[in-house]
Amino acid sequence: MTFDDFLLAFFSLDILRQAWPILWSGFKITLLLSAIVVPLGVIGGTVLALLSTVRSRWVRWPLIAWVDLFRALPPLVLLVFVYAGLPFAGIEVSAIGAVAIGFFLNTGAYYGEVLRAGIESVPRGQLEAARSTGLTRWQTMAHVVLPQAVRNVLPDLISNTLEVVKLTSIASVVALPELLFQARQAQSVTYNATPIMAAAVIYFLLLWPVVRLLSRLENRQIAGRR
Amino acid sequence: MTAATPIVQAPIVQARGIHKHFGALHVLKGVDLVVAERELVFVIGPSGSGKSTLLRCLNRLEDPSGGSITVDGIDMLDRGTDINKARQRIGMVFQSFNLYPHMTALGNVALALRKVLGLDRPAAEARARAALERVHLADRAGHYPGQLSGGQQQRVAIARAIALEPRVMLFDEPTSALDPELVGGVLAAMRELRESGMTMVVVSHEMGFAKAAADRVIFMDDGRILEQGPPAAIFGNPQHERTRAFIGQIERH
Repeated sequence: MTFDDFLLAFFSLDILRQAWPILWSGFKITLLLSAIVVPLGVIGGTVLALLSTVRSRWVRWPLIAWVDLFRALPPLVLLVFVYAGLPFAGIEVSAIGAVAIGFFLNTGAYYGEVLRAGIESVPRGQLEAARSTGLTRWQTMAHVVLPQAVRNVLPDLISNTLEVVKLTSIASVVALPELLFQARQAQSVTYNATPIMAAAVIYFLLLWPVVRLLSRLENRQIAGRR
Repeated sequence: MTAATPIVQAPIVQARGIHKHFGALHVLKGVDLVVAERELVFVIGPSGSGKSTLLRCLNRLEDPSGGSITVDGIDMLDRGTDINKARQRIGMVFQSFNLYPHMTALGNVALALRKVLGLDRPAAEARARAALERVHLADRAGHYPGQLSGGQQQRVAIARAIALEPRVMLFDEPTSALDPELVGGVLAAMRELRESGMTMVVVSHEMGFAKAAADRVIFMDDGRILEQGPPAAIFGNPQHERTRAFIGQIERH
């Protein structure tokens, strides 16, 4: 194989031009899924993290069971289960609905654990000071504990978000033609790897700024600890 | 006002027979503490004697295992009492300041004014600024805790508490975490507060301040009040061997 053959197989402009429309539509679906799934996961995670501060065992044990279950189940299995299983329970879900539910369960549990660690990293004295001025439990959470908790685990939250965006590629199993699915389609039609390379570049361009931001935050945290 | 003045009003703080267990540990073994309006009570004692726990029981940061507590006429241990409302009347200052690091000095003081008293932002900030003025830190209103010295942070913490216009202030070793040169500013703020007529309960080993400002000194040991009286009596002529040994120890420092 010559170098020209290699270029032709992986970086063919001609193929790229042909594949671009469906890659673009796949990219838009990946963006749409991310825009649905990330906020849902953060909201679910916040609720779980707040519940983890409740001492009652009637909250505690179901919560542990919930988080363990949905962290242990592979997201792909969960997604198929939601999409194929819920209709048997008489609940029809669209493909997007299934992705939203599946990701809410899975990534919510992950975000929840990150945020819980953040809440636990806030010194007890903060809570006591706030409560001593008459703030309620939830006011203290909202105005004093959570802002500090989020700041303390921001790098982990962003890491998690990167993983979630990449994970949206599993939505293709419920027939949502996201970016990676479209790239594989284009590849199988053209017998050429260029669409896959293009998808890789698109993912990279999408996530690289976030990765940069993450390392800057991590460096700042290390510097802050000194 | 001195301890010799007859007390006309009902006392602000009345704690009777306070017990506190932490698991198998019996930290408070039946403590009575009555504090009159405008009185400054100093609580001293070796570490582990229960003095901080006693203070924290008064605003129910700790739940006593037994006894009764009323503050400004409110039964603090009654299940029907709105504890958040009751705590507005009890300011507290902590050893480690516990300022909110993500808010400016002004934000720290204004938070409870907005969320607890329900003032709108301009009103809360005006009142917060006035409280900072009282601890001579109005010029630091826009600073974050990380940009303030320990002494300044503790004065902001005092402002945060007094902004709610409490009826009694609790100080839990307010100067113990400070470098010696920063202690003076905090004690000055406390003295001004005292002169304004604030009722205060202070857990601290600042003997000079106790001698100059306290109406009464309480010596605690092993979860009990061993003796109490005017500072001159406790420091000058302690009755118990334990008190004598303790005072001898801290005066050597």
